[in-house]
Amino acid sequence: MAATQEEILEGLADIVNEIAGIPTEDVQLDKSFTDDLDVDSLSMVEVVVAAEERFGVKIPDDDVKNLKTVGDATDYILKHQA
Amino acid sequence: MNATNRTVVVTGIGATTPLGGDSASTWEGLVAGRSGVHLLQQDWAAELPVRIAAEIAVEPTEVIPRPQARRLDRSAQFALIAAREAWADAGLTGRAGEPGDGAAVDPDRLGAVVASGIGGVTTLLGQYDVLKEQGVRRVSPHTVPMLMPNSPAANVGIELNARAGVHTPVSACASGAEAIGYAIQMIRTGRADIVVAGGTEAAIHPLPIVAFGNMMAMSKNNDDPQGASRPYDVARDGFVLGEGAGIVVLESAEHAARRGARVYCEAVGQGVSADAHHIAQPEPNGRGISSALTNLMEGSDLKPAEIAHVNAHATSTPQGDVAEIKALRGVFGDDVDHMAVSATKSMTGHLLGGAGGVETVATVLALHNRIAPPTINIENFDPEVEADVVRGEARALPEGTIAALNNSFGFGGHNVVLAFRSV
Repeated sequence: MAATQEEILEGLADIVNEIAGIPTEDVQLDKSFTDDLDVDSLSMVEVVVAAEERFGVKIPDDDVKNLKTVGDATDYILKHQA
Repeated sequence: MNATNRTVVVTGIGATTPLGGDSASTWEGLVAGRSGVHLLQQDWAAELPVRIAAEIAVEPTEVIPRPQARRLDRSAQFALIAAREAWADAGLTGRAGEPGDGAAVDPDRLGAVVASGIGGVTTLLGQYDVLKEQGVRRVSPHTVPMLMPNSPAANVGIELNARAGVHTPVSACASGAEAIGYAIQMIRTGRADIVVAGGTEAAIHPLPIVAFGNMMAMSKNNDDPQGASRPYDVARDGFVLGEGAGIVVLESAEHAARRGARVYCEAVGQGVSADAHHIAQPEPNGRGISSALTNLMEGSDLKPAEIAHVNAHATSTPQGDVAEIKALRGVFGDDVDHMAVSATKSMTGHLLGGAGGVETVATVLALHNRIAPPTINIENFDPEVEADVVRGEARALPEGTIAALNNSFGFGGHNVVLAFRSV
């Protein structure tokens, strides 16, 4: 069953917390991974891999660069999840 | 700056070792003659020929927050912990040049030299397991920055804002001492005013243990872990692998005085040589070690009469322990008789690239506290060891100006001797 936007945000918050140590409540749709959440380009790869597994999506490397904010990632997953 | 012969002093120390999570608890363990060696409890150790090691006393993940720890190889975690302690011990907080006590240090005049013998070997092997078992996608993007041998130095340099140069000499078990020698040179020649330097190692993993074991280099005394590392005992049968890091803050005397820093001792200099003999065997007469000692004496104002203490390399191998003493006797003659020789690896195990760092911390504290730590586990003293070895219990060192040597030698025939003098 496909995840809702709320479930995806919750999942991303857990992932960012695990990888960057940011409190889950600070992971909001308008937050930038790099500027607000201490996720550098290497850690972004980890976030993507974890999100792929959790939500059953494929996020090709070429698309990763377009995922600037948590909202971008949430929308991408909503649209592409199986 | 064109200074070419500036006096260098030690103003900070830090360590995390099998005896304690900082330099104070490590020193306490050394003076008390406590062994940090234990039987390995991990499942993978059960079937190995060598099942003993000196594991770290305080797990680094208890000190470093998890998001940062997961991007650092264990060797870099040790180095950061020891460097943070040394930096604070030198009276500095925050990054160089930024608000806080670190503002007293110009980042362009701050260096970091942190060595490792093997580098991020547990990361390398662990990620290879991930690749085989979980596939391409699961290999961490942090793998390369974690496993590269310069990673501990780079991470220390980034954290402290060291811009005068960040370096990683690699010379197996001499690496940590070579790093400190390199740092002394950086300051002496005017490249830097202050350098954070030392060594780290984290190689307690089945592959290095089996590989060292197959070289016949390690003690197989699994029945008596605490008694296994026994330098200078006739029954010594190899080293015991240890892990951890030791870091010092070195500074030009002028820079230390300008900011009112507490000075532990002078870092007099280094003597370096190579055996050019065998990739893993020491030259049996200690020829290379003698050259390093001679180079030290010729390149500094040190007098044999001043040397009251030697923190020996002495790893508990049959050949190496004796070769080192032969070299000391050959270069210093009867002056060896007033040198209290300590083999602290009897307690810490052999930290490979970390050894020179931790043993420099021990040497600095020996001068500062005027105490030579003991060599433990000597039941039958080897008569070939013609030196005054501090056996069983710690011993007071004399008053007045005294100097101490810290010897480190590595596979490949690398010889490094560091000298320190009381202030």
